[in-house]
Amino acid sequence: MPSKEINAPGQVAFGKSKPRPVQKLDWRNYIVYFAFIGVLIYFSISLFDDGFVSTDNLLNIARQTAMISIMGVAMTFVISTGEIDLSVGSTTALASLTAALAIQSGFGMLGGLVAGLGTGLIVGLINGLLITRFVIPSFLVTLGMMGIVKGMAMWVTDTAPVPIINSAFNFLFGSGDIGSVPILLVWTLLATVAAHILLRKTSFGRQTLATGGNESAARFSGVKTHRIKLMVFLGTGLAAGFAGILYAGRMHAGRYTFGDGDELSVIAAVILGGTSLFGGVGTVIGTLIGSLMIGTINNGLIIMGLDVSQQMMIKGLIIILAVAFGKKAMKN
Amino acid sequence: MEQPLLMMENISKSFNGITVLDSVSFSVKKGEVHALMGGNGAGKSTLMKILTGVYSADQGDIFIDGKKVEIHNTDDARNNYISMIFQEFSLIPSLTVAQNIFLTRESKTSLGLLNDKQCIEETEKLLEELDVDIHPNDIVGNLGVGYWQMTEIAKALSQETKILVMDEPTSSLTQKETEILFSFIQRLKNKGYAIIYISHRMEEIFEICDRITVLRDGKFVATEECRNTDLDTVIQHIVGRDSNKAFEWKERPYSTDVTPVLEVKNLQAGSKVKDVSFKVFPGEILGIAGLMGSGRSETARAIFGIDAKEGGEILINGEQKTIKTAPDAIDAGLALIPEDRRMQGLILEHSVKENIILPILSKLKKGPVLDEAKANEMASHFVEKLRIKTDDIFKTSRLLSGGNQQKIVLAKWLANNPEILILDEPTIGVDIGAKTEIIDVIRELADSGKAIVVISSEFPELMALSDRVIAMHNGQVVKELRRTEIHSEEELQHAIQGN
Repeated sequence: MPSKEINAPGQVAFGKSKPRPVQKLDWRNYIVYFAFIGVLIYFSISLFDDGFVSTDNLLNIARQTAMISIMGVAMTFVISTGEIDLSVGSTTALASLTAALAIQSGFGMLGGLVAGLGTGLIVGLINGLLITRFVIPSFLVTLGMMGIVKGMAMWVTDTAPVPIINSAFNFLFGSGDIGSVPILLVWTLLATVAAHILLRKTSFGRQTLATGGNESAARFSGVKTHRIKLMVFLGTGLAAGFAGILYAGRMHAGRYTFGDGDELSVIAAVILGGTSLFGGVGTVIGTLIGSLMIGTINNGLIIMGLDVSQQMMIKGLIIILAVAFGKKAMKN
Repeated sequence: MEQPLLMMENISKSFNGITVLDSVSFSVKKGEVHALMGGNGAGKSTLMKILTGVYSADQGDIFIDGKKVEIHNTDDARNNYISMIFQEFSLIPSLTVAQNIFLTRESKTSLGLLNDKQCIEETEKLLEELDVDIHPNDIVGNLGVGYWQMTEIAKALSQETKILVMDEPTSSLTQKETEILFSFIQRLKNKGYAIIYISHRMEEIFEICDRITVLRDGKFVATEECRNTDLDTVIQHIVGRDSNKAFEWKERPYSTDVTPVLEVKNLQAGSKVKDVSFKVFPGEILGIAGLMGSGRSETARAIFGIDAKEGGEILINGEQKTIKTAPDAIDAGLALIPEDRRMQGLILEHSVKENIILPILSKLKKGPVLDEAKANEMASHFVEKLRIKTDDIFKTSRLLSGGNQQKIVLAKWLANNPEILILDEPTIGVDIGAKTEIIDVIRELADSGKAIVVISSEFPELMALSDRVIAMHNGQVVKELRRTEIHSEEELQHAIQGN
């Protein structure tokens, strides 16, 4: 190790002439929080008489956004490595069906859980292996996988929904409330806390950010970047599988339409939250807020009485504006 | 005889049937600084990548302390106490200094979570020992390139190391910083580290190294004791022929009675450029010397309209010009060849031709479409003129050597036929052969009447090129010297200290 004698008298330290800028609180990292609060305040005032601020409605938002949030926290890892996973929506549908079929075939709640999560993990594994072993861009792999998995979900029961008559499963994975707290909110918070710790406090999380920040540098530093990428795709697979289970539990059925278009909401939530689409920078809490914000906007627009077409347009506009605003702030 | 700490014996390696290393042997003793030299493509980097486990050798053995070791990946290298400071930095810009230094080796709490506090404390201690004025929580991407280097070295030394490989460690450092690095290397040497030092800078090698090994075209040429050899012998080994006299300065005739092509008056920009004035005449090469942070590069950026100017005037051919953006500057006849060519100068994934014609696309139109024939002709012309070594003009720029990439950047700007060329560190990180060629090209350009500004931290380069040198310190021009008044590098070194 270097010794202290390196500080020989008369030596000038490296860059002592350049004063280090004081680290100031970087407000642009928190832009999504301000935006979220802004949206909440706007709807609270304009929709006060329509019951927007009622506990029921707010808990409803939590229920509606749970699946997006859970997939979002996993997607945060994928996007942090500079990759993308478009197959999560389709995986959700297939997982809801395999879980429902397992329960229908008498494997019980545990069987349903294993089938749903297993489905997600298999999709994630295939994605991850294709991306790391055959070095195919994740956009293409998961775009292809999105179609394949969706097709399988339609084919497996010939587009018929599969009812779930297992009240424990339905309670625990979607429909239940603990006291007045929806079980979906509990799952969301558990997933967020676990993912936050994983990203911020473990070497896996650090290596995920390193991989996205500069892949070759990470490799030179001893990060097994391919393993990291495989892991993050297993993560989105697992989360999509779990989201499928939650859809099934909430609707008491498996159905191929579940999760339709969710991949875009999930990616929007992650990017709105402040994770960089180019990799290297990620935030799980930001993703949760991004997801809640999208859910809140949806909810508010419905209460306002806007129809689906108007909702879609306004939602799209808000996402573009929020990201553009964040980008502009970053430049200054 | 003393047993070498590291012996690499008969190492061979080929890629796709092309032999890159052909039975090369190399050894380093404890407490020795051993220079590894050779032109681009000589095989230095490949040899070091084999040592550090990035590549595996096809043939040959590696011995450490006389014991044969197998190095197949970077972990193996680390377990054998081999650390490398990479030329292409191995840092993650989005992480902090501490996070980078301890990446994959973070200390953990009893719960298995990252113990950031301890990493930060250890980094702080390490940086203090190295006397580097950066904070463990600084985001690396926000630091200047010189600080990256120091972070890099801190990272290498943060783990137990016996053999330290430094690839062009001073390419981004100024004279002063280099001196500090050298006194630091001296101490590492005294502590018994074996240091492999890759550099193109001859004076550095003779200053710091004990032995020199030269490779050429993947083959071993010679290992010489530094004290028993001289510059000419080494250059001869490297190029395989007598060195040319490229570094010798020749007085070039030009007139200073005419209107200067470029005149900068009291330029102010940001915190780095406080008050800069200078003139450049047609056919003149003006050198700008200064330490890192003296505002050299920032001056160029401000003139060129990349950074906003806060005061002062730019006169081109005696006429005042408003340059707010880079296109304004190009229209005014300026060209800036930036310091970091890979980041700012080249689109590495594009071909040689595409890079060269990029600034003049609008002039190469045939109706609404690009005139491919003219573009090819243009590109071929510059490939020939600048002696760019490439199979053809359609080759991906990334596959070319550093010297040739630099020439593409030059070609790119020459295609636009600028009147004034500003070159920031034009030969950084290129081998001696390419360096002399680039110097020749710059001289030819000046001879053809262009006004040239060269920013460089390499004094021999400034001494070889400049007709006049201005020294910058703390954002101001502190001294102006005609080349004929400069008798030694020491005078320049004194000038840039600001006293």
